[in-house]
Amino acid sequence: MTKVVSMQAAIAAHVRDGDTVVIEGFTHLINFAAGHEIIRQGRKNLTLCRLTPDLIYDQMIAAGCAKKLVFSWAGNPGAGSLHAFRRAVEKGTPPLEIEEYSHFGMVARMSAGAARLPFWVMRNYMGTDLPVANPRIRTVTCPYTGEVLATVPALNPDVTIIAAQRADQNGNAQVWGLLGVQKEAAFASKRVIVVVEELVDESVIRADPNRTLIPGMIVDAVVVEPWGCHPSYAQGHYDRDNDFYVAWEDISRDPAKLEQYLKDYVYGVKDRAEYLAKNPGLTDRLKAKAQVCAGVNYGF
Amino acid sequence: MMAAVAARELQNGEVVFVGIGLPNLACNLARALQAPELVLIYESGAVGAVPERLPVSIGDPSLVTGSLMVCSMADVFQLFLQNGKIEVGFLGGAQVDRYGNINTTVIGNYQKPKVRLPGSGGAAEIAVHAQRVLIISRLNPRAFPAELDFLTSPGQRCKGQSRRALGMPGAGPVKVITDKGILESDPVSGEMVLTAIYPGVTVEDVKANVGWDLRVRDQLDLVTAPSFVELDLLRHKLDPQKLYLG
Repeated sequence: MTKVVSMQAAIAAHVRDGDTVVIEGFTHLINFAAGHEIIRQGRKNLTLCRLTPDLIYDQMIAAGCAKKLVFSWAGNPGAGSLHAFRRAVEKGTPPLEIEEYSHFGMVARMSAGAARLPFWVMRNYMGTDLPVANPRIRTVTCPYTGEVLATVPALNPDVTIIAAQRADQNGNAQVWGLLGVQKEAAFASKRVIVVVEELVDESVIRADPNRTLIPGMIVDAVVVEPWGCHPSYAQGHYDRDNDFYVAWEDISRDPAKLEQYLKDYVYGVKDRAEYLAKNPGLTDRLKAKAQVCAGVNYGF
Repeated sequence: MMAAVAARELQNGEVVFVGIGLPNLACNLARALQAPELVLIYESGAVGAVPERLPVSIGDPSLVTGSLMVCSMADVFQLFLQNGKIEVGFLGGAQVDRYGNINTTVIGNYQKPKVRLPGSGGAAEIAVHAQRVLIISRLNPRAFPAELDFLTSPGQRCKGQSRRALGMPGAGPVKVITDKGILESDPVSGEMVLTAIYPGVTVEDVKANVGWDLRVRDQLDLVTAPSFVELDLLRHKLDPQKLYLG
């Protein structure tokens, strides 16, 4: 049975008000199309978790979807700030709870969640103010050596949305390029939506099983959405739109400009195809050059 | 100037954990000059990256193309960083104190901040685990206060305890590279001491921009100004859009 559905249907079925939601992807494969559909469907009171909230959570905070943000680095890399996030934290407009870790801490939380353990252990945070700011960062004494180690609690999201270059109709998803924390996030989650650039036959997946990051058995819905990650990127498909990341500094700084952006590019379009139609020249500008690797011999 | 001076600290073949901003620029400058075999590891999972363009972010696709390995972030933090495989970590910071502790979290009170900064990212764990840490920060009284507003990444002494006593494996920040001079940590006290100044800069200039009574080494080195080759690479090849050079 195919799990392929439209983005609208996938969000309607799997993302509910009050959910803990993860849209992962570290710079690479951040699925903006799913975030935009969550905004369009007017989801509220979400606990949004990501290592780097990035532009997509800045937009979702501005649109009023978020009650709480769980994160480890909230900036716009190389370009400036996430101003909707900053307005929320500095001025309370809109109010936003935060729960803050380091990258290693967030990765560890998802690793614990994926392994269905209550916490993860690491050598970290000694002497810093992070455990003061976030009392969920604690310590445990090693039963073998007596060393005091840092712990973070498991993160088990209600729904995780992962972008991949390709998957079959059952959601067996293959990713290349930066892998981030997607595998751990997906295994930690109660429900998983996979959004792909390309739907392929199962035989394509089976021909190269080492490239499968997410197995179909943990996937609830598959959405086919080419260019779904723009302004983030998909290795081998299209480049990161660095110009847009730089432009976001100016857009997000002014609430009126941000509101206009959401009107034009989120509320004003029905899906990704319409979004792309509103950005003429985008696909020509960002399309990836070919650099294809040779395959390997899986024979025995 | 800071990027050029920082790049000179890197030796060929070293394994460097590259952070965003000026460190990124410094590492790629070093790779173009004296350290072509520098092993660049990015927290995004690219190991042995050879970016053909200056990566705007630390997750740029050019870090993947031609790299030695791409791994998950769980592997980066556990198998490379916590395992002790990183020789040099590069950190920047909004505030740096006399022991090289860094604040990248908030200006003002944590609950009601005047300015909310991005937070730790990977900086806290890099400061704990890298064999040595280099800090890059422009010198001014706000960036070098007597007291940090928040301690994000640990330096040589945190709240009265040495990093050794706190159980940190790495040597911590050994140098602070600024736009006026270089501070180095005293091997005994851990305090940052002025050891070198840039051409045209006086000790008083430096002291006026530091919020504590800065110790100065008896014999001060003079930092060599950036060469034509260094400046040309930085301005025309590595950062023509002035994303980091400003």
